[in-house]
Amino acid sequence: MKIVLQNLTKKFPGRGKKAQSDVIAVNDLSFEISDGELIALLGPSGCGKSTTLNLICGLEKPTGGRIFFGEKDITDLSPELRGVGMVFQNYALYPHLTVRENIVFPLENRKGKDRLSKEEMNARALETARLVQIEELMDRKPGELSGGQQQRVAIARALVKMPGVLLLDEPLSNLDARLRLKTREEIRRIQKQTGITTVFVTHDQDEAMSISDRIAVMREGVLMQLGRPQEVYDNPASLFVARFLGTPPINVFEGEVRNQMLYIGDEAVLAVKDVPDQPVWVGVRPEGFLPQKDGALSCELNRVEILGRDISIISSHPACTGQTLRSIISAEMRADTSDSVVRFALKPGKVFLFHKETEERIPFAAV
Amino acid sequence: MSTNNKKAWLYLLPALLFLIFFMVYPLIDVIIYSVEEGYNFASQTYFGVGTYNFSYVLHDPYFLQAVKNTFILVIITVPVSTGLALLISVGLSSIRPLRELYQTIYFLPYVTNTLAVGLVFMILFQRTEYTDGMVNLLINWFGGESVDFIDGPYWAKMFVLCFYTIWVVMPFKILVLTSALASVNPDYYKAARVDGTPRLRVFTKITLPMISPMIFYLVITGFIGAFKAYSDAVALFGTDLNAAGMNTIVGYVYDMLYGDSGGYPSYASAAAVILFVIVLTITCVNLLVSKKRVRY
Repeated sequence: MKIVLQNLTKKFPGRGKKAQSDVIAVNDLSFEISDGELIALLGPSGCGKSTTLNLICGLEKPTGGRIFFGEKDITDLSPELRGVGMVFQNYALYPHLTVRENIVFPLENRKGKDRLSKEEMNARALETARLVQIEELMDRKPGELSGGQQQRVAIARALVKMPGVLLLDEPLSNLDARLRLKTREEIRRIQKQTGITTVFVTHDQDEAMSISDRIAVMREGVLMQLGRPQEVYDNPASLFVARFLGTPPINVFEGEVRNQMLYIGDEAVLAVKDVPDQPVWVGVRPEGFLPQKDGALSCELNRVEILGRDISIISSHPACTGQTLRSIISAEMRADTSDSVVRFALKPGKVFLFHKETEERIPFAAV
Repeated sequence: MSTNNKKAWLYLLPALLFLIFFMVYPLIDVIIYSVEEGYNFASQTYFGVGTYNFSYVLHDPYFLQAVKNTFILVIITVPVSTGLALLISVGLSSIRPLRELYQTIYFLPYVTNTLAVGLVFMILFQRTEYTDGMVNLLINWFGGESVDFIDGPYWAKMFVLCFYTIWVVMPFKILVLTSALASVNPDYYKAARVDGTPRLRVFTKITLPMISPMIFYLVITGFIGAFKAYSDAVALFGTDLNAAGMNTIVGYVYDMLYGDSGGYPSYASAAAVILFVIVLTITCVNLLVSKKRVRY
């Protein structure tokens, strides 16, 4: 099912005695999710991603804008008529019902000719349970399951109605790190197997990058960038997006462009064509540093972390906005770390320039 | 005994002493009194040990009347007050405006003196030679005959007693149930909404099971409280409950000790032991039923 959001806006009335102006949770949001796509809404907390999910689900009514499923305008439909399955952050499994009863619950709500016979319901529940691989847990109560198993039950309960759209609210945040890796692959597998259009909300960029077809980065209710994970990583539209994606995070310097040359401090580090002279923010991905004897950027070496596959060099530079800057180089490359100063050359494709005020990306052509 | 164990007992000592002096000792004493035949309060002597006290109490028509009254009171007030409280708290939690005001109003009887409430009820229901109470005026207005609820037929007196008891016990139940309802995670309701669950089904399949431990608590304490009813009857019908035919088991115990015909601690103890056995049995039955019914 294709989902189209059109100028979607949601305002919440201001709270408290001082009753300030309305809080705008989602601001004029427009984008399209194609059929069968897995899309991640990514952003820091309070960016409006959960509100967007609730709007798609129908738990919240938008202040303005329309939502379409396929060609159908569903903006004014109540949740149960939209054909959506929702998985809540805390799973919201009914603790007094068994796994089977939980999964069958949505089917039992149906009335009239939509109602299935008991055998059909049980068959459907079992089929869904098989899909998420919990068929041997059917008679347990949610309290007797691990977090990962509860998660699967919640997904099964959302899928048993055969919805056109699956919505997941922070599906992995209640799991420990190891389970998180496993479960996100699992979600991807289930999504691929059913071909269901899926929207999931997360604040963890790792999660978003690893399993989604496209990610939508949001900030303060506004869509900052939408694209395939690699695209967004390689081509951030703004300093915010560049900072939000990537572990370890991008290193940001204060810099200046003079005569087609990028300066960090007093050092001319990179030739940049077609950029007018101006002060800029310079973002350099950790993998964008090449240790060289005659490299343009000299940094004070703090320490070296050897991680086996690659090496992180932690150093500091007065123009860097962070306390330290972290560069990652592969273990085969020998960096001279005997000296207290380390010199880097920069890979042009891993360096981004941003406008000093608007923080928008300034494109440049490397020489 | 390890040092740790000794320490533990030392810490438990104050509570244990308190419990032994004020709970265990009196309980044992009551049981001892109840088997001492012909006990004389003044000389502190008795003839022998046996079950005569129990047989006397069980054959005393006043006691049988008290047992009957108490059982009727329990059977009517516990389910009705719990049910009504549930209905009101569900109503309270589904309205937004004026909720606090309503909560306060419903809670008022709890902080009001029961004797004062009894007086008000008496005025509402009484019928004297000179004037009809408010309730009788209402009955007349609907074309009915006046009834004396305080000094009239048995069913009318029982009705007032039940009405009064329900009125007095309900605020606490509403308080407990509204907080129980408020503590149900709203995500369950959201999940139910996404699945298009009808409202009644949400109530019976989600809300009720979620708050069932609280309902169960209210039923148990309600049973125990109703079995121990006494002051309610006094507030409405005065201290001579046997004459009014509205005595309760605890009232009977009191009368046997200090009433006009009192001075029989052995009979009183026997009656108290019988009440204890009844309450214990009912509570055990409750616990057994709840094991099957109270899920989660």
